[in-house]
Amino acid sequence: MNAIRAGFAELAGLFVDDGSLALLAVIWAVLVGLGLRLLHVPPANLAGIVLFAGLAALLAASVWRAARR
Amino acid sequence: MTGLAIGWTHAGTSALAAFLASLVEFTEAMTVVLAVGAVRGWRGAVIGSIAGLAALLVLVAVLGPALTRIPLGLVQVAVGGLLLLFGLRWLRKAALRSAGVIALRDETEIYATQTATLRAHGVAAGGWDRVAVSTSFKIVLLEGVEVVFIVVAVGAGGGLLLPASAGALAALVVVVLLGLALHRPVASIPENTLKFLVGVLLSAFGTFWLGEGIGAAWPGADWSLPALIVGYLAVAIGAVALARMQRGAAGGVAGKVGGRVGGRVGE
Repeated sequence: MNAIRAGFAELAGLFVDDGSLALLAVIWAVLVGLGLRLLHVPPANLAGIVLFAGLAALLAASVWRAARR
Repeated sequence: MTGLAIGWTHAGTSALAAFLASLVEFTEAMTVVLAVGAVRGWRGAVIGSIAGLAALLVLVAVLGPALTRIPLGLVQVAVGGLLLLFGLRWLRKAALRSAGVIALRDETEIYATQTATLRAHGVAAGGWDRVAVSTSFKIVLLEGVEVVFIVVAVGAGGGLLLPASAGALAALVVVVLLGLALHRPVASIPENTLKFLVGVLLSAFGTFWLGEGIGAAWPGADWSLPALIVGYLAVAIGAVALARMQRGAAGGVAGKVGGRVGGRVGE
């Protein structure tokens, strides 16, 4: 059981370092995806740029937060 | 002509991303395998490494065909999302190391720690050194899983498995040759710079695939990928500058109490 738990922890560690960065990145992608599909906001030709802008801002904020600690 | 150029741009970028990422991962694995070989003997180190590589081949043989059966849109969202998280993690850590917030990874120090730990296990009784085999097997498998993920993720979203695999294979050859020639950890590789670049490339690939998966129409189609790479590079460099400024502002206080930020060596 411990080995399985350790394996999952190892696997999660591949993708998550700052939990809030990972969570907010997923939420941002879901929001952009849902907005695009259901409301057509942002328009399809701008959705990629909006997606990138949000993710880039989250990354910069995460680095800044870590430096402040 | 333009289509061909776009194809080469994508294939070249995926091969480069896989090569650089694999170079980092194989270097980390090689440090431990060299420590095993030097302390416990080369037989166990080689057997463990080959067994690890064989397990990885099985993983690729199972994962590769399975991915081709899943609809491309779903692969792009799932793999793109994971690739994005993976890339952001690397980029964040590399940015923090560049800014001096956390310590740089030191292969020589890790090698020394590993050799000391392996010596503490004592001499193997008989011809089968389980410590040597299992240590080599584990590190090759652990670092190799990351390589497999990167190759599959970078390649599967756009039918680029071949150039991505070629990039990873080239990195394996380079690291093995360096290990054979030097017989000590490859400390001269600028690991954090590589991680920084790989983080930029993987974040850009992840954002691109994820965007395609959720239905975004990228301006300039595939040419958005180089633009995303430049964008992430600029943001990451800006984030390092911000973190340095932040550290500089806090440094006066920390310096007075002799505080040392970071200090963790390795992953």
